[in-house]
Amino acid sequence: MALGFADPFDALFRFQRALDQRLDSDWLEDATSGVGAFPPINVFRQGNDFVAVIEMPGFSKDDLGLEVRGNAIRISGKKTIDYGGNASVHRRERVSGGFDRTITLPVQLDPDRVIAEYRDGVLALSLPRAASDKPKAIKIS
Amino acid sequence: MAPLQDLEVQQKRELEKKDESTIPARVFLPNTDIFETDDALTVVMEMPGVNREHADITVEDNVLSVAGRIDFSKYEKLQPVYTEYNVGHYRRSFSLSPNSFDEHKIGAEMKDGVLTLTLPKAERLKSRRIPLK
Repeated sequence: MALGFADPFDALFRFQRALDQRLDSDWLEDATSGVGAFPPINVFRQGNDFVAVIEMPGFSKDDLGLEVRGNAIRISGKKTIDYGGNASVHRRERVSGGFDRTITLPVQLDPDRVIAEYRDGVLALSLPRAASDKPKAIKIS
Repeated sequence: MAPLQDLEVQQKRELEKKDESTIPARVFLPNTDIFETDDALTVVMEMPGVNREHADITVEDNVLSVAGRIDFSKYEKLQPVYTEYNVGHYRRSFSLSPNSFDEHKIGAEMKDGVLTLTLPKAERLKSRRIPLK
């Protein structure tokens, strides 16, 4: 399904619906352990390649680790929250701690071309498909 | 040091009062910490995907309101295949006790999707230490 953004007024609404439709879809083919583990991950297709977008506000880049091998991505990190010494807490909704999550995609990746960017609390991974895994057009004679 | 606690996914909560929206898109509540020190009240809100240009902070009639807009045009050429969360703008308000804060000295800082607001207490509200004789 392609997303059209002709009308800016309901474009966001339609985008949110499109995200809902793929909620916990079987695209990962149950290959992943830890569905529902931290951090929450969205995966998108961009042509032949993929993009993973991960919401994880309040981390420091230095405290994040990323490994890619074959079709597996491993992300780990830790987040600390400091209220300062003599603060009295009125409301506490943010959580801190550590995580280590691996997801396995149903496609082979090219680890050398993976690009990771952490900005505004969102980690975006550009995941190019391995050349061996790219679909080839077959000429019909 | 104590071992790190495992992070768990927090389901995003939606704003229930859609009083101001004219479009049906969903709006989310930022996870918020509020804590107080001798001099100030600090409000920390998590709004992943919002940069400093797209965060609006207002104080009016003793209500602190924060709105954060995400740039979803980044998603234009992407087709979702597997999702675990939804995205949208953020909005949340808090009532402040009247005349407690110096509205003109509120500090705001945005870093890694986390907005930190510092509301300096009005002079009369600062706690007074009672010296023991």
